[in-house]
Amino acid sequence: MTVPILNASGCLDALVAPEVARSLDAFVTKTVTPLPREGNPPPRIAETEHGMLNSIGLQNPGVDGFLEHHLPKLASLEVPIWVSVGGFSAGDFAQVCSALDSCDDVATVELNLSCPNVEEAPETSAELVAAARGATSKVLYAKLSPATSDVAESARAVADAGADGLSLVNTIRGLQLDADTLRPQIANGPGGYSGPALRPIALACVYACAAAVDLPIVGMGGVTCGRDALDLVSAGASAVALGTLLFSDPEAPARVRAELEAEVRRRGQGFAAGLRGAAHGSTMSRPASAE
Amino acid sequence: MPGSGLVLGRARRERLQVGESETVGPYTLLRLERGSLDPGIPGQFFMLEAPGRVLPRPMSLCQAPPGELAFLIEPVGPGTRALCALEERDAIHVLGPLGNGFDLDVERPLLVAGGIGIAPMPYLSDALGSPPAILGFRSERHAEAAVLLTDAEVVVEPRLVTELLPEDPGDVLACGPEPMLEAIRALVPRTQLAWEAPMACGYGACYGCVVEVDGHYERLCIAGPVLREAA
Repeated sequence: MTVPILNASGCLDALVAPEVARSLDAFVTKTVTPLPREGNPPPRIAETEHGMLNSIGLQNPGVDGFLEHHLPKLASLEVPIWVSVGGFSAGDFAQVCSALDSCDDVATVELNLSCPNVEEAPETSAELVAAARGATSKVLYAKLSPATSDVAESARAVADAGADGLSLVNTIRGLQLDADTLRPQIANGPGGYSGPALRPIALACVYACAAAVDLPIVGMGGVTCGRDALDLVSAGASAVALGTLLFSDPEAPARVRAELEAEVRRRGQGFAAGLRGAAHGSTMSRPASAE
Repeated sequence: MPGSGLVLGRARRERLQVGESETVGPYTLLRLERGSLDPGIPGQFFMLEAPGRVLPRPMSLCQAPPGELAFLIEPVGPGTRALCALEERDAIHVLGPLGNGFDLDVERPLLVAGGIGIAPMPYLSDALGSPPAILGFRSERHAEAAVLLTDAEVVVEPRLVTELLPEDPGDVLACGPEPMLEAIRALVPRTQLAWEAPMACGYGACYGCVVEVDGHYERLCIAGPVLREAA
């Protein structure tokens, strides 16, 4: 079996680092909103003991700028392009999806329903997915937050609203104070927590959602090696995305892919066949394939 | 070729062995074998793996002796302390050179540095044929780092580097704390200032290190860290 390796949205600029983008099975863009955004004031990041916080605030050129200046260059990389879409209302999501609908260079649309660093849309995730579904026939992935009491319920709701897949998980809100001033290290206060600390949380979300819905899942959250990727696939992911890891190791996609293959090989052919969802034993039907 | 050959512009990523490090006042001069990494242009930086930490740390190159890369590090937090604690024959991943360095095509260069801002100056001074330099430190102990530059004028707080700026300073190439850079920018018409910002990646991926340039947030790792100004 082959497990596609992607980047997590906002963790790679393919135009600055094309070699890194080409080492992925698909490149996921930074979130695109209807209008250009400068993003949040610096400082925007802080390292923690077991992860990092970020509050970038969806800095992006807006959908028009993206289509005119970025997408043509991204297409020349010859890597499948997933466009992350964000907004502050169902209308925003529909507007960006509609603008992307006729772009052959866009393979998949990922809906960023869960950015912890900007104001949330008033509609539910299901309503945002429904609005996007009405605006595009592209493959639609819904990116969900782990900060919910029942992520499986969110998964069922977005599946019913027309999502074709799930991206699990986004960052979770955290805060860190400066040791001297006891003020937040990040200008905006809290930030999205990512890195190794997020790993068990992401794994639990993938595990719960794979049992709840029959959709392909891109698992992400704190992956640092092939074994971490193997865990996500065993929990039900059909693809794996790398986020914070790319900051410290731009060569990680090739390494994680090779380590994952070695992990699977070590366990034998019979294991590989039943790998996806293996953590569920015989209690669930096999989740659908990503491709 | 050691490493797996990732190329980001002229940057490469390799695991480099630690050589003999030196203590310079409160700072550590960390010496690494160069491997196949290019030392780059003075003012460019490298991302150094900080053992035990989630993120690497950006460091500008201090010296480039044959076969080596040397970085001056002030132990101010968990990452820099981990780097200063490295021992001979340890090895860390290094990515670089990254960003934009100093423009060396200047007629009358004057180097100005404050505190750990002295880090890129020895390599810069070599490249420019040892031009005059002004260094400022917050204590006599920190000022021991002045040995890294020959013939520099040195001030210790409460005196400031701006007190020693000549009336017509020519091209000022500076690195140091933000208030010092702002003061120089206000006093000097032609400057090249090396700024600092927290960085997660150093290669444009994270959007964490933005600074305001002409009313927009630009990633310092790509637009800088040296920003030029001519009045």
